[in-house]
Amino acid sequence: MTRLRGPVDLLRWAANPTGTVFVLLAVIFAWIFVLNDAFFAGPSFMAFLKQAAPLMVLAAGQYFVIVSGNFDLSVGALVGAQVVIAARLIDGEESRTVPVLLVMVGFGLLVGLVNGLITTVLKVQSFITTLGMLLVLFGAIRLWTGGAPTGGLSESFRTAGRMGIEGVPVLGQIPWAVIIMVAVGAGAILLMRTGFGRILMASGDNERAAGLAGARVDAARIAAFLLSGLSATIAGILIGGYAGVSAQVGDGLEFTVITAVVLGGVVLGGGRGSVLAAMAGALAIEALFSLFNQMALPATLRPTVQGAIIIAAVAYAARRRARPGSTAPHVSATANPS
Amino acid sequence: MQTTRLAAASAAALGLLLATGCTTDSPTDAPEDETTTAAESGDEWFVQADYDEQLAQRDIEPEGDPATPWLQAIEPEWIDTSQFAREGGDATVCFSNASVSNPWRVTGWITMQQQVEVLQESGEIGEFRVSDAGDDDDQQISDIQAFIDAGDCNAIIISPSTTATLTPAVEAACESGVPVVVFDRGVNTDCAVTFIHPIGGYAFGADAAEFLVDELEPGSKVLALRILPGVDVLENRWAAAEKIFAESELEVLGNEFTGGDAAEIKNIVTQYLQRGDVDGIWMDAGDGAVAAIEAFEDAGKPLPVMTGEDELSFMRKWEETGMTALAPVYSNFQWRTPIIAATMILAGEQVPAEWVLPQDPITAAELDDYLARNEEMPSLHYAKFGGEDLPGFPDAWRDR
Amino acid sequence: MTAIATAWHRLTARLAALGTTALIYLALAGVLVLGGAAVAIDGADKGANLFATANLVDMLTRTSLTGFLAIGMTLVILCRSLDLSVGYTAALSSLVAATTMDGRPENIPVAIGAVLLVSGLIGAANGAIVAFLRVNPFIATLGTGLIIKGYLDTEYKGPAGDVPELFQQFGYTRIGFIPVSALVMLALAGAAVWFLRSTRTGHHMYAVGGDAEVARMSGIRTDRVLIAAHVLCAMCAGVAGLLLAARFGTGSAEAYTNLYELDAIAAVVLGGTLLLGGRGGVAGTVAGVAILAVLDTVFNVMQIDPFAKDVLRGAVIIAAVALYARRQLDRTAARPRFAAAEGKSR
Repeated sequence: MTRLRGPVDLLRWAANPTGTVFVLLAVIFAWIFVLNDAFFAGPSFMAFLKQAAPLMVLAAGQYFVIVSGNFDLSVGALVGAQVVIAARLIDGEESRTVPVLLVMVGFGLLVGLVNGLITTVLKVQSFITTLGMLLVLFGAIRLWTGGAPTGGLSESFRTAGRMGIEGVPVLGQIPWAVIIMVAVGAGAILLMRTGFGRILMASGDNERAAGLAGARVDAARIAAFLLSGLSATIAGILIGGYAGVSAQVGDGLEFTVITAVVLGGVVLGGGRGSVLAAMAGALAIEALFSLFNQMALPATLRPTVQGAIIIAAVAYAARRRARPGSTAPHVSATANPS
Repeated sequence: MQTTRLAAASAAALGLLLATGCTTDSPTDAPEDETTTAAESGDEWFVQADYDEQLAQRDIEPEGDPATPWLQAIEPEWIDTSQFAREGGDATVCFSNASVSNPWRVTGWITMQQQVEVLQESGEIGEFRVSDAGDDDDQQISDIQAFIDAGDCNAIIISPSTTATLTPAVEAACESGVPVVVFDRGVNTDCAVTFIHPIGGYAFGADAAEFLVDELEPGSKVLALRILPGVDVLENRWAAAEKIFAESELEVLGNEFTGGDAAEIKNIVTQYLQRGDVDGIWMDAGDGAVAAIEAFEDAGKPLPVMTGEDELSFMRKWEETGMTALAPVYSNFQWRTPIIAATMILAGEQVPAEWVLPQDPITAAELDDYLARNEEMPSLHYAKFGGEDLPGFPDAWRDR
Repeated sequence: MTAIATAWHRLTARLAALGTTALIYLALAGVLVLGGAAVAIDGADKGANLFATANLVDMLTRTSLTGFLAIGMTLVILCRSLDLSVGYTAALSSLVAATTMDGRPENIPVAIGAVLLVSGLIGAANGAIVAFLRVNPFIATLGTGLIIKGYLDTEYKGPAGDVPELFQQFGYTRIGFIPVSALVMLALAGAAVWFLRSTRTGHHMYAVGGDAEVARMSGIRTDRVLIAAHVLCAMCAGVAGLLLAARFGTGSAEAYTNLYELDAIAAVVLGGTLLLGGRGGVAGTVAGVAILAVLDTVFNVMQIDPFAKDVLRGAVIIAAVALYARRQLDRTAARPRFAAAEGKSR
């Protein structure tokens, strides 16, 4: 899928489920271009990528969990928790920025570890594990801050999400968020090419076979949750940096990001899809929101259009997938197989 | 075929079950109220009479001491409550709260608890029992029902989650014979002893819209940022603004729903700025206002004329940038009033049937004063919280 | 870790002598006993009692709404599907009911019919998207939910419609301490239990959820079974919408903000139905719903902070499912038909 040798290959690639998302992305971008070509001028496109970066980072993390056959519904609450933790612990003091960042990374990994252990050792389906974690995080963080965020972020904390390398020709500013997102993406792609990536894919594809072949399926799945917790932490740093603290930060992100990953052709239930396409799915969702905005589509109608497009895109990809063999899943799994 | 038929059969069975269900006679407490007018059966959210009344109320001098605005009332119609007079103090006051799901409610809730402590010290209130419905109307109906069934509440205070949907439950509470106090959002019945609220959503939206009309040149472009669709108090704010904008020479670029999420607000404003200039921002609540301002800063555009709310993060940013702005107020101090009203009613004192509290926006002239008074408060705190004289001040709000 | 795991395994092995459903009712009894004790200790000075009539009424009332949604959800989950649109369907149904009734008692039958028709159609759409377009149910129903949300947001700026007194009885009347709505919910649960145990479609649902491929090869029209499950699930959400309308006296689009669908799924899984499909039943779901309702009432009576409530709820859900999850899955693994199919169907 990476090397294209001719028009036939290109067609075949566009028709495969992973390719669908790039076609969708191209269509949305073309439409925006027709409406407003200024959108693609360097600075404004960079601004678009800056705001899309957190969701793309989150999509990379969610990809690992989904491809190994699980769900992580706790990421939205974790992003919110991380921003609130940062604000409360930093409380406007520049000097606390780095220690607090370390605390946040530790907390993100801890949440991932707990999710992973409950799912693998206690055999609780990940949908329930992470739904429970969502409730726990949501409540605990408000319990800790008395209901609404307190404190404040430092300027240096906000750099990653808000600032960038200034004065670049054509582009104007290269936001740090975009650089971080690209780094996360590159790291994720490389990781999936290692032995770990293959084990992860295998545990989602066919756990039993993977286990028989000597792969440490549970360990791989726990690692996937750790990566998801880490990506939520990075996304939290970016979102907090981008927009500051608000009580609603992170709300509902879990559904948006899962949609993005599925839009990228990653199959819920595991075993299929590429991390690049998952991140492209996130970019497509953000592009869709931009398109709605450019079209001045009435705000109340947007969910309807969004829902219809998502169903259509996923159905299109599923149709392609179903064609080659008749063994395609009739109803894909809704949780981890065991 | 089999399945379709079965589905149809089960549908019929469902209907039958329901039909039998509702014909059961009620041996106990059916709410019998013939005057239930679940009004607004259309979805028209602009009522001219209410709009006119609220706009007029802004100019009426409220009765009472301006130093204690939570005890002031606009054109009160005092009613006798001697039938509820109760001897002996230590009253059990039950409070059904819609939720504490946003900073405005969190701030008010702290103020209310502090007020309760004062009255518990003085022996007027004994137990203060609270249910929190987490914004779920159905849950709140159960919560209210549980207070009624428990039978030992001396007064029931209700902050309804949604206007129309809580009406039957509030009626049931009234029928239980206990004095009922409703505050913040109203219900479609006047059975409560008193309904406490600031002037209202139309006044809020109008204060903000009129400010923009006054401060901006004709032809200027305004963006409206709203939290959610379908919440009546918020719909009223927008309805008033929409009317005023329509009658002005300002151009409304759009009205967008943000969920009050700062990142969403910044995204939307950034995108509007990419398409052209935005001269004014109208918000239906202050949550995330700072993110909107930052979008202008990051895009290198001149700051807009803006209306937010008396939330401190916005007011601090306002002061720091020196922008032209107004902080409309949905008087947070109203959270003190219901507790005081309940004790007044239990003492048989007169209360206004509809207790309309003042609702004055904070202008540039008052900005420094309110910032100084709230200097130690966290950024998601509301300037007109009205708890400065309570014994827990400032720790209860600061170190929550 | 291993020591804990071993101890855990020993405990669950001992409980394995019981059937799954019995175990869940045992868990419900445990929650009742613990909750009752906690309330008694916490409110000893006030003579608090979890089993006082007011609290029993409260508990039973809380079961009705989640109950309706969870019964329907059980059917789709048994078929290895999911429905995340039920909250939106219920909100839409409350509006359809209230606006159709428009204050007139004679319109009640029409309104009920309209609700069941509208919700049934939504279910048919969900089922068709999942069965024919092969869209994962998580995404399909999230999508239809969004579609309905957009419609509601555009059409309704607030509560609309007027429910006549007569129909409000469905939400408020009770016989003794049992609310009518809870009785209807139990009757519906009974009907669903019968449906799953005694009808062909019911049996087929287990087969489809167990392994759609095997089911198809043995001659089951899997598409139809799946659509039937979705239709029934959405109709149950319609009934939940009728209950909302009866309780509110009006229809409310806002009802979708409460994430009822997640409550329902949690109740179904608490009730021992496997999210992977093919195992479980409505009897367990009712116990799952009851566990959540008891918790809510206990938290309320004990005046637990609303945020602490979320924490406890999340923890209890995980812990309760952990109690029987391992054993349930072990048993699944012991049935080669399912285990083998697992790999193949992917």
